[in-house]
Amino acid sequence: MILVWMIVVLLAGGVVCWLVAQQDQLICRWIALISVVTAFSIPLVWFINNPPIKTPGNNWFIHYQANWIPAYGISFHLALDGLSFILLMLTFLLGTLAVLSSWNEVRERTGFYFFNLLWTLAGIAGVFVAMDMFLFYFFWEVMLVPMYFLIAIWGDFNRRYAAYKFFLFTQTGGLLMLLSILAMYFIHAQQNGGHYTFDYFALLNTNLRGSAARWIMMGFMIAFVIKLPMVPLHNWLPDAHSEAPTAGSLILAGLLLKTGAYGILRFVLPMFPQAAADISWLAMLLGVIGIVYGAMLAFAQTDLKRLIAYTSVSHMGFVLLGAFAFREIALQGVIMQLMTHGVSTGALFVMAGMLKERLHTRDINQMGGMWTAMPHMGAMAMLFVMASLGLPFLGNFIAEFLILLSTFTVSPVLTVIASVGLVLSALYSLRLMQKVFLGQTQTVNEIPADLSAREWVIVGALTLAIVILGLYPQPVINMVSGVVAGIAIR
Amino acid sequence: MPPLLAFIPLLPLIGFVVLSFFGRQMPKRAVAILGAGTICIAAILTIILGLSFLQTPPAGGAYDQLLWSWFSIGNLSVDIGLRADALTLVFIFIITFVGALIHIYSAFFMWHDDDYARFFASMNLFVCSMLLLVMADNLVLMYLGWEGVGLCSYLLIGFWYEVPSNCRAAIKAFLITRIGDTALLIGLFLLFKELGTLNISAILHLAPDHFTTGGSNIVLITILLLVGGMGKSAQLPLQTWLPDAMAGPSPVSALIHAATMVTAGVYLIARMHVLFQLSPVTMMIVAIIGALTLFVAGCSALAQTDIKRILAYSTISQIGYMFLALGVGAWSAAIFHFFTHAFFKALLFLAAGVIIEALHHEHNIFMMGGLRKRMPVVFVTFLAGAVALSALPLVSAGFFSKDAILWYSWSAANGNPLLWVMAMAGAFITALYTTRLMLVVFWGDVRTPVHEHPAQGMVIPLIVLAFLSITAGFIEWPHNMVHLSLFSDLVQKVLPETVLKPDLPSEWLFQLMAVFVTLAGIYLGYLLYYGKPGIRWQRSPGLSGMRDLLFSGFKFDQLYNFLFVKPFVFITRINKSDVIDRLYNGIAQAALKLNSWFAISQNGSLRLYIVGVLAGILFIITLQILL
Amino acid sequence: MINSAHMVLIVASVLFALGLVGVLTRKNVVFMLISVEIMLNASGLAFVAAGAKWQQPDGQVMFLFILAMAAAEVSVGLALVLQIYHQHKTLDVDRLKELRD
Repeated sequence: MILVWMIVVLLAGGVVCWLVAQQDQLICRWIALISVVTAFSIPLVWFINNPPIKTPGNNWFIHYQANWIPAYGISFHLALDGLSFILLMLTFLLGTLAVLSSWNEVRERTGFYFFNLLWTLAGIAGVFVAMDMFLFYFFWEVMLVPMYFLIAIWGDFNRRYAAYKFFLFTQTGGLLMLLSILAMYFIHAQQNGGHYTFDYFALLNTNLRGSAARWIMMGFMIAFVIKLPMVPLHNWLPDAHSEAPTAGSLILAGLLLKTGAYGILRFVLPMFPQAAADISWLAMLLGVIGIVYGAMLAFAQTDLKRLIAYTSVSHMGFVLLGAFAFREIALQGVIMQLMTHGVSTGALFVMAGMLKERLHTRDINQMGGMWTAMPHMGAMAMLFVMASLGLPFLGNFIAEFLILLSTFTVSPVLTVIASVGLVLSALYSLRLMQKVFLGQTQTVNEIPADLSAREWVIVGALTLAIVILGLYPQPVINMVSGVVAGIAIR
Repeated sequence: MPPLLAFIPLLPLIGFVVLSFFGRQMPKRAVAILGAGTICIAAILTIILGLSFLQTPPAGGAYDQLLWSWFSIGNLSVDIGLRADALTLVFIFIITFVGALIHIYSAFFMWHDDDYARFFASMNLFVCSMLLLVMADNLVLMYLGWEGVGLCSYLLIGFWYEVPSNCRAAIKAFLITRIGDTALLIGLFLLFKELGTLNISAILHLAPDHFTTGGSNIVLITILLLVGGMGKSAQLPLQTWLPDAMAGPSPVSALIHAATMVTAGVYLIARMHVLFQLSPVTMMIVAIIGALTLFVAGCSALAQTDIKRILAYSTISQIGYMFLALGVGAWSAAIFHFFTHAFFKALLFLAAGVIIEALHHEHNIFMMGGLRKRMPVVFVTFLAGAVALSALPLVSAGFFSKDAILWYSWSAANGNPLLWVMAMAGAFITALYTTRLMLVVFWGDVRTPVHEHPAQGMVIPLIVLAFLSITAGFIEWPHNMVHLSLFSDLVQKVLPETVLKPDLPSEWLFQLMAVFVTLAGIYLGYLLYYGKPGIRWQRSPGLSGMRDLLFSGFKFDQLYNFLFVKPFVFITRINKSDVIDRLYNGIAQAALKLNSWFAISQNGSLRLYIVGVLAGILFIITLQILL
Repeated sequence: MINSAHMVLIVASVLFALGLVGVLTRKNVVFMLISVEIMLNASGLAFVAAGAKWQQPDGQVMFLFILAMAAAEVSVGLALVLQIYHQHKTLDVDRLKELRD
């Protein structure tokens, strides 16, 4: 039941925000903050009060099931396991920071803005816990549409183009997924004497063979790799990320991309183990291409947010590479990568937003020497840049290390090429640092202020997260070990 | 005693954390006390630890301390655990002790810098990472230290970040070492695949049974580790970053780019000696790389004019000696050379820093001169360093360590006369460029006036280091002279003894030849540079091509620029807006085109629409009738 | 004897054709509406004729239905015409092309 409350709090909070904003914008912001924090605390408090006892063979902490449209076998089925739990934690951490980071940035239509923000978060949270395929698709769309508005209304100069592109790409994938869901629905009913159901656990046992499995998997796969994104389906990402408002970029990079990876881990690999294994070489190859190609594009960019966006392409290549290695260590690395990439790239986007607020430009050629004016922000940026190039003692290293270590046993050649990505990541990261914070101070009209207290809270929370993940990742590893063991080949 | 172990890296870490959060608010004096104090206490702890190690050697020959389990999945289990055996102790001692002296020096050297706290924070972080590197009990933690020192090196080379060339040097250093690091990482993957563990002692224990000597896997692993070491230790062909790294403040060059970080490669190979011994091919490659590097870098040092670049090339060259020693299996000689080199090279850099400060940031040695009288203390200490560098017999620490290497490069089982010739040539060149440096800087006419004299606090570390540069060699004598080998007794608790070839010529003969070569180098330098203000022969056109080649370090930079940098930048630049985007824009364009075609029919004329409807009806009826 | 239903259908066709030609040739919206009415009535006539032919009530039901629909359509149509005239001061369809794109 707590899962329902968690989502309802967000949805209701969004509506209340919208209604209240006409009277007072400040109260609206506080309501948004309080509802996200409440949603954050619900699963957290539950977890602290009921530490789940691990029983072999059952990774699920909570089940909640209610009838929705029983005539078509659609139920309101939510469930929580280790993977969902840590992704929920990430969602609400970044969600809280997203609200905080748009505190002053958004001045027009505040109510509608926070409505969209909270509904997107609700959609994402729903995606992570929905265990009914129809419900999953429903949440998938719930997170998509408000996000479209966030980009199209509060975005930058080229926002329309970016929003359309985002919507078209994701919607194409979503429709293919819908087709696949329906195909599974009917095949399952056929095999089980007309028992129509959308339930995940029932469909998991569908007996799929040969080309049917392959085609249905491709439907899911395309939807998820567009979100992930995988080269060559990544083109929506740089535009959407660079045009979105700060909180939008944070949620896009930190959370929306993770839904794609989550889908692969939750649906593609367990439902179609054979078909997925058949295309694993292709997926790993495309993952590696993504790592290198994304890094090379990131190196060439002059738009700060676009640069960071392409680093996401590069980092998510590791996810694809690791997931399709089907090894326990690699899968642990993938989940770690989801967490750490969310935190580190999110932090970089937040800082890009802060810089834009101060300098009114995203062009890194017009920045430079910012360290002198903003030493604290510079130091923090250095930390996250180092995280993104995979410096040990920060979380990203653990993730990339685990993925590469384990993939090496499967495909040494691809791993070696992927490792080249580490060198390239150093290239673009240092270039970013160099262009923005080091070098000569550019002529700016006013000296930009260093981090404010609110910004310290945001950056500090992310710093803490990335350092803890880097030095003591074991809790996360233990949390998802059951899920991973279910997917990995033994 | 073991709990002490964790405090040694912890103290600098505390210093780093406090300084990086509160450094800006703290008064400079407090920053200096905290920054240098943590290292000094760490040095004292190290000495206590070392003494207890010598008095009551721990069981198993090492102190172990497990801090916490880092991560463990399936058969992979990595701890944050420290281990200190004899080899590690030598490194810890150098890191903390020389580090403490350099920190004290920096407290005065950097006094007028605005970013005082940032400097000490980075330096403390460096010491912490370097200590983790050498104390790690598994390769992942070692890699953490390995990358950490790379980061600090980057931060400190680019410390004066307003100057673009400094930042470029910093990026270059980070990138080139990163290439090595990546090779090292792949080596770790291969090791894990083969042995299923990354714990160092477990690897050393399992390796001899698992690998066959000279098997392709072990060769590959050791070569990958070697490439990692080459990157950090600036060996051919990854040496180009070190001369540029001199853009950082002088104490940084002394600590990071002379005494400690650049010897990480030496540490790695020594630590993994069991693997390397299983792969004679790699040992040979290590020796050849060392010999080539020491020769090439020595030649480049001959033509430099920037005092710090001379010392940088000299550092590359001396590390080449260490690699040579490792390659021929003279393990303890390599570590001994690291030990003495840390003292005299740190000294030379610190003294160079004093000179540069005193002469208004003048780096060109031909703009110096006559400093013998103007700065006597600096002269004496610099002389001690130079003597040690050129390995003047018996009166310098450098002699004892370098002589051992020269001897083993012939006499060790893997030794080779060719390697010995290279090493001898290197010794000659070393003596030559050291003499050149001394004569040009300290003799001759005064070309730039001295405008400030070093603070007392800067002089003391110089004197301590000068004393050690002379005397540190006395703990290890050649076997044929005095039977005193404290150092090799210590490190040979970890490292194997050097195997010699049977029936060798007398060691005395080799020592005499080495001495002769050194003296010849000094004499040639004296002939060429003493009392020749114009140094006319240097300007002769016949030599200018040669000089250009040497000055640019054999054009490695230009080569890499042409081979890697330019193509990469070119490719990324033309693909800036992402080729794949064209595909999707193409689809969008096609849709628009189709739209514009069909839009022609939609012209708003109602009557045309009705004609269309009519035509459609007629068409369908006709079809009905016909079919 | 020629079938009476046949005759009525011919009349209906002629009527329909007249209406169609009216829609196609007239420019004025009001006249176009009248032409449409003619076409509706032509189809109504056809329904009635068919109903008489097969002795079924459906044809007449259909005609009543058309009648009601035509009334509704004309009232809406005329309201639109009035609005169009108010806003554009013309009833020429060739000049009312705002919905083109």
